[in-house]
Amino acid sequence: MKISVIITLKKDVLDPQGKVIHQTLDGMGFDDLNEVRQGKYFEIDTKETDNEKAKAKVEEMCKKLLANLVIENYKIIDPK
Amino acid sequence: MKSSVITFPGSNCDRDMDVALKKFGFKNKMVWHADAELPKSDIVVLPGGFSYGDYLRCGSMASKSKIMQSVINFANSGGMVMGICNGFQILVETGLVPGVLLRNKYLEFICKNVFVKINDKKNKYFKNVNNEVLELHIAHNEGNYFCTNDQLKEIEDNNQIAINYCDENGKIEDKFNPNGSIKNIAGIFNKEKNVLGMMPHPERMIDRSLSGEDGSLFFKNLINNLK
Repeated sequence: MKISVIITLKKDVLDPQGKVIHQTLDGMGFDDLNEVRQGKYFEIDTKETDNEKAKAKVEEMCKKLLANLVIENYKIIDPK
Repeated sequence: MKSSVITFPGSNCDRDMDVALKKFGFKNKMVWHADAELPKSDIVVLPGGFSYGDYLRCGSMASKSKIMQSVINFANSGGMVMGICNGFQILVETGLVPGVLLRNKYLEFICKNVFVKINDKKNKYFKNVNNEVLELHIAHNEGNYFCTNDQLKEIEDNNQIAINYCDENGKIEDKFNPNGSIKNIAGIFNKEKNVLGMMPHPERMIDRSLSGEDGSLFFKNLINNLK
């Protein structure tokens, strides 16, 4: 089963890379943007077949390694 | 005095640290990250470098390596643990010191000498250092110290800030902040002050013919404080 995780920076955390991407997009003519924030995306292929158990495991992974909860939020996308 | 320097895959200041510690009288042992046991040590050093290629977040992989559980236990039982640069990044990932180190504010790798002001001398790292200001070297891409407002309040209430970026006279201002760190923080302690994380490299400042000698002051003082 494949589970996806999206990690984003929390609202108050400075994102200099997102800022530069925003500026570049602005320079390219996409000048109606309020903000750009950069994040991370993971695809985790697990042998677990139980949906809920797999999600619980991935949540543990997020808390222990994939995200740093001081600065990041994680969102687990429901497997289809 | 016995010291241990942990080498992770991608560490590159481990041997510089070995040279520095030995120069000032430590009996140093190099310890591989995959070892489980820590040799008997008066201080453990997590060196600078790019452990695990800085994958995911700097220091995040190294913080989960086998030896780190022993280092965490050592620190929690009062042992002295010092993390320099990538070692500081590893320390924040273990949670031994609060906060995180973000990408430098202006997205540049910074490699230069800076001045830092010692904020607290009631600890074994900086006790008896005569100078208020040290000139040390920084070389990092992710040294922008950040923490939540609650953490900052706690850090300040407990006087956990070790050193701040400043000018040569010790003036702490935004223009002397190389990387965007909150409050110009260059290094912090845990609550008990046995764990120190800092971005500057004292091991690079132990020889006049290389870059300077303020690191010598630090190490000479450190071994005396541990005796």
